[in-house]
Amino acid sequence: MTDSNNSHEAQGKKLKSQVKQSQQQYDQQEYQTIVKKHAPKKPLLKNCASAFFVGGIITAIAQVFFNLFSNAGLLERDANTVVVILMIFSGAFLTGIGVYDRIVKFGGAGAIVPITGFANSIVAPAMEFKREGFIFGVASKMFSIAGPVLVYGFITSIIVGLVAFTFM
Amino acid sequence: MSILFAFLVGGVLCLIGQLIMDLTPYNISTGHILVGYVTTGAIVSAFGLYQPLIDFGGTGATIPLTGFGHGLTQGVLEAIGTEGFLGIFSGGIAANAGGIAAAVVFGYVMAVVFNPQG
Repeated sequence: MTDSNNSHEAQGKKLKSQVKQSQQQYDQQEYQTIVKKHAPKKPLLKNCASAFFVGGIITAIAQVFFNLFSNAGLLERDANTVVVILMIFSGAFLTGIGVYDRIVKFGGAGAIVPITGFANSIVAPAMEFKREGFIFGVASKMFSIAGPVLVYGFITSIIVGLVAFTFM
Repeated sequence: MSILFAFLVGGVLCLIGQLIMDLTPYNISTGHILVGYVTTGAIVSAFGLYQPLIDFGGTGATIPLTGFGHGLTQGVLEAIGTEGFLGIFSGGIAANAGGIAAAVVFGYVMAVVFNPQG
């Protein structure tokens, strides 16, 4: 008698916990849909304005340096290279001291699209995964975004080159 | 004056990126934007349409990643003129070697020297 009672109780408990679990799952789904419905819509206009502003400022600063170097007598090509190197250095440094993440938060694509954002995409994950070592942490994670960029950049330009070489 | 034009062109290129991020239903990440910009820049440059933008906007056109794509394509096309077939493979990277090396070296040094905040 007690045995069957016990097994009944156990079954009841099991059922109860199952019901509770599915109830929780259901609640969670319900919650997610409510969250989705009430999440603030991205303020498109404001995002675009700050992207335009931040992107513009970054490229305008680059232009200031470009003018400086070309006035100092550098050829256009060399001045371009120096400016690119300088912007990459700045982007990497600002990411290191934690400032660039704030610029990205404010400027969105305005901070991602310029080459400073490319530098940011190299330093940020590399810093994050430093504890995994200097080879498979830093050096490998550096290219988690920069790698695809280089791959598609190289491949596209080489395809263009092959087409141009064949047909011209 | 060149600074104002750089501001305008750079701003517009970034604005386009923001529109792509906000208006597409997919989750567009930094990687997607950067890869898309490099590829687009390289293709647009192949038709000779990117140089006019640089003539007008200066660094406003060269500093966004489309400018990197443009540099790759133009490097390849120029090297074909001087080196022939081999130029297809060496030209693009040679023309941008400074930027690529800077990205690797500074990226590595900064990541080693600094630690993530928070």
